Amino acid sequence: MAYSDKVLDHYENPRNVGKMDAQDDTVGTGMVGAPACGDVMRLQIKVGDDGVIQDAKFKTYGCGSAIASSSLLTEWVKGRTLDEAASIKNTEIAEELALPPVKIHCSVLAEDAIKAAVKDFKEKHSA
Amino acid sequence: MSSPIYFDYAATTPVDPRVAQKMSDCLLAEGNFGNSASRSHKFGWEAEEAIEIARRQVADLINADPREIVWTSGATESDNLAIKGIAHFYQSRGKHIITSKIEHKAVLDSCRQLEREGFEVTYLEPDSKGIISPEVVNEAIREDTILVSLMHVNNEIGVITDIGAIGELCRSKKVFFHVDAAQSVGKVDIDVAAMKIDLLSSCAHKIYGPKGIGILYVSRKPRVRLEAQMHGGGHERGMRSGTLATHQIVGMGEAFRIAKEEMHAENDRIMALKQRLWDGLSDMEEVFINGSPEQRVPGNLNVSFNFVEGESLIMSLNDLAVSSGSACTSASLEPSYVLRALGLNDEMAHSSLRFSIGRFTTEENVDFAIGKIRAAVEKLRELSPLWDMYKDGVDLDSIEWAAH
Repeated sequence: MAYSDKVLDHYENPRNVGKMDAQDDTVGTGMVGAPACGDVMRLQIKVGDDGVIQDAKFKTYGCGSAIASSSLLTEWVKGRTLDEAASIKNTEIAEELALPPVKIHCSVLAEDAIKAAVKDFKEKHSA
Repeated sequence: MSSPIYFDYAATTPVDPRVAQKMSDCLLAEGNFGNSASRSHKFGWEAEEAIEIARRQVADLINADPREIVWTSGATESDNLAIKGIAHFYQSRGKHIITSKIEHKAVLDSCRQLEREGFEVTYLEPDSKGIISPEVVNEAIREDTILVSLMHVNNEIGVITDIGAIGELCRSKKVFFHVDAAQSVGKVDIDVAAMKIDLLSSCAHKIYGPKGIGILYVSRKPRVRLEAQMHGGGHERGMRSGTLATHQIVGMGEAFRIAKEEMHAENDRIMALKQRLWDGLSDMEEVFINGSPEQRVPGNLNVSFNFVEGESLIMSLNDLAVSSGSACTSASLEPSYVLRALGLNDEMAHSSLRFSIGRFTTEENVDFAIGKIRAAVEKLRELSPLWDMYKDGVDLDSIEWAAH
């Protein structure tokens, strides 16, 4: 399969690879996918007092398109508010990376990951 | 060293230069281009002679009589002809067929077609090493069983089936025995008489011959009859009509002649290369061979790199031409059905690569591959949340994953 230059770039030089302390109150963690399906994404966001995402980290088990989708997402969510980040659509990711139809599920997974991370953060602070 | 380096000899092989030369002698006006069915002139006679020499060369490698060799377009056609041909000819005797879950699609899909026509098929399960034992076959044979169809060597894991014992069993129970030998000819000794094989499929392109040519061995003693799939001029004793492709056939004959002469020395060399490759990888954590390490063809190494997904691994290994057990490139997302049948969970199947080594692989190639593979696995494990969890002592099976 031929990959787009953007997928290759993110795959070769993934941005923001890493792990944050999931117990930290300022961190929201989203882990989506399943090993059995060949894709697991863990996306973490660090949120400031103003509700703006200051930092993001990811690790992904999956194909090149899944790695690129999550890498791209970490770049996009930094500096956005939680609601802005949670409203990122998979179609935007798919379009930016020029994903072929069989790889659209990778962008869907990335959208699910940021939504899950935002949800996790909000739940920590709802009590 | 030109890149990418070829480690996919189980998929296909380049044509040996000696084979290519023989083939090119059968194409041009000054060459042996005639139609072997032309009985009225020298062009036809010479083509027929070349084809009969090739037929003997092919027969010699498997200890068959040349008259038992039927030319086909390849192993897929041979499998179709054997399975449907037997089923249709002998259906009055019974409508039960036995095969296994790890067969090639040419066998499985032929069986599926027969199921649609009212036949009943038993799909045997291999053990965790990928072996279908004679005992398992024995238990599945019924009064109305007409055919057992099993592969000699599995294309994904290279595991060898005990064909001799199963042949003995089938003969004693008067059940026809078909062997898909696409992956075994020229790698494992085959004696169709001693192994009591009734039908055997094979092709040229897995052993340095051309694509588009194969054979079906059809036993004469005991006599095995088939309903033809291809009707026409009555070529090949009526079992497979169509003008014979002299250049392809001559190429297959030469490839089989070379295999008979060189296979044992070649196997030793390839086995040493495989061992070198495995020695270079086996000290990494969580790396496993899929399928029996012992009962296996020399050139096949199927390895799972736990916590790394196969397609991304292949993407990192763009200097190597290898095959993956992860089918993420297809829309289905289903990993290899062969590895699943061995009992591997989906993630281990997704994490597998098949390296197949052949005639033109060098030590230098293997050493280069080891370096690339180690670097790629390390990089992807750094990226893998599953590796993190493994390192933190989290049991991945204890997590409720949301399947998608």
